Amino acid sequence: MAGGYDRAITVFSPDGHLFQVEYALEAVRKGTTTVGVKGKDCVVLAVERRATPKLQDPRTIRKILVVDDNIALTFAGLNADARVLVNKTRVECQSYRLNVEDAPTVDYVARFIARTQQKYTHRGGVRPFGISTLLGGFDSKGQPALFQTDPAGTYYAWKATAIGKNSKSVTDFLEKKYKEDLDEDAVRATVLTCLREALLVKPDATVKLALKGLLEVTEASGKNIEVVIIKESGITWMPDDTLEPLVKELDDTAEKIAKLKEQQ
Amino acid sequence: MGTEAMFGLTGKDFVILAADGQAAYSIIRLKNDADKIWKVGNMLFACSGPPADTANFMEFIEKNVKLNELRTGIPMSTKAAASFTRNELAHALRKGPFQADLLIGGIDNEGPSLYFMDYLASSEKVNKAAHGYGAMFTLGLMDRYWKPDLTEAEAIDIIKKCIKELETRFIVDLPGFKCKIVSKEGTKDVTL
Repeated sequence: MAGGYDRAITVFSPDGHLFQVEYALEAVRKGTTTVGVKGKDCVVLAVERRATPKLQDPRTIRKILVVDDNIALTFAGLNADARVLVNKTRVECQSYRLNVEDAPTVDYVARFIARTQQKYTHRGGVRPFGISTLLGGFDSKGQPALFQTDPAGTYYAWKATAIGKNSKSVTDFLEKKYKEDLDEDAVRATVLTCLREALLVKPDATVKLALKGLLEVTEASGKNIEVVIIKESGITWMPDDTLEPLVKELDDTAEKIAKLKEQQ
Repeated sequence: MGTEAMFGLTGKDFVILAADGQAAYSIIRLKNDADKIWKVGNMLFACSGPPADTANFMEFIEKNVKLNELRTGIPMSTKAAASFTRNELAHALRKGPFQADLLIGGIDNEGPSLYFMDYLASSEKVNKAAHGYGAMFTLGLMDRYWKPDLTEAEAIDIIKKCIKELETRFIVDLPGFKCKIVSKEGTKDVTL
């Protein structure tokens, strides 16, 4: 134990750390890979969906959650914590509409989530939310916006980013590939390639093994990836029959790259 | 019971609602193009009573129905929405009551349904319903002309007959009737 400084979250360690918050961030790092990319007039969120057991009803597993008409959220970390936080957010969105007769902007919602998460690092008798969120929506000028919040209660705006497992390699990839004002198709493709990348570059495994592992979990299909497109006209889930060919195509490229790497 | 009129009918695959457009302040008419039929989710709620109560109550219901949809991912059935609304009225009744009389119309897997609800939180599923003084003049007409499998044109015709009757027999002139239809395709305004 960290000298007893990781017991109460409100107690700083002598060198200025809040250990419980850092442990929460660790839960996020272990969470499912989640990617968000902002385009010219849309935001695309994509998430890796872990394989559901044969007998389980897949509808009970939700990784992309709608919080308001034009705002959707994905997360990495503890599922149960996400459920509670998202519920608070949904109530806030409706309450905001009731009070000011207007739709909340995505930056307002991001601020609300961050505020709520920060509260849970400041008060006694609680523990932080073990999740980071990616939030896509539109700002007051009608421009698409992508936000991230974390267990400490900080929030950031991004052009494109990733959270969860392998997020580092995905953000590196995004930095290389991101272009301003991408259209919907381009954004979708970028997001999907990122997810592929994330699954491929497992830090401690060879490419071959990763690919094998990847095929194990995804069965080379879009079944294990969920993609949502947020536009001003509303939120749409990418249907499996569109997703699957796209994933397949990217999968083939991934396989080619893997083969090339192997030959070297 | 106020000097208002709102009435509705169930049809073959739709529900039609009509309400007067009068917003009154004491005996003064504020305006005659008020819209008393609210779109809540994929349903229509006609609500009469003092404007403060109706607006407050309807906004509250509207937001809660939306919240439920976000939480569950499925729209509320008309029956569920009516039960929820009735429950809210009943709980408010002995605390801070809302003076709001409602007609709730919607269409779901169970087909079209219309609920009559008053501010005392009684709720009844019906095929034809009316609130306010207008009810005294229109219920009989609706009894006479309503039939199962009513088409939209026939329903609009009955609504027109009801308004005509109010113009003829009711000593208060109720202006600016608005009429709306809710069907599988959504809601739409009807020009009378």
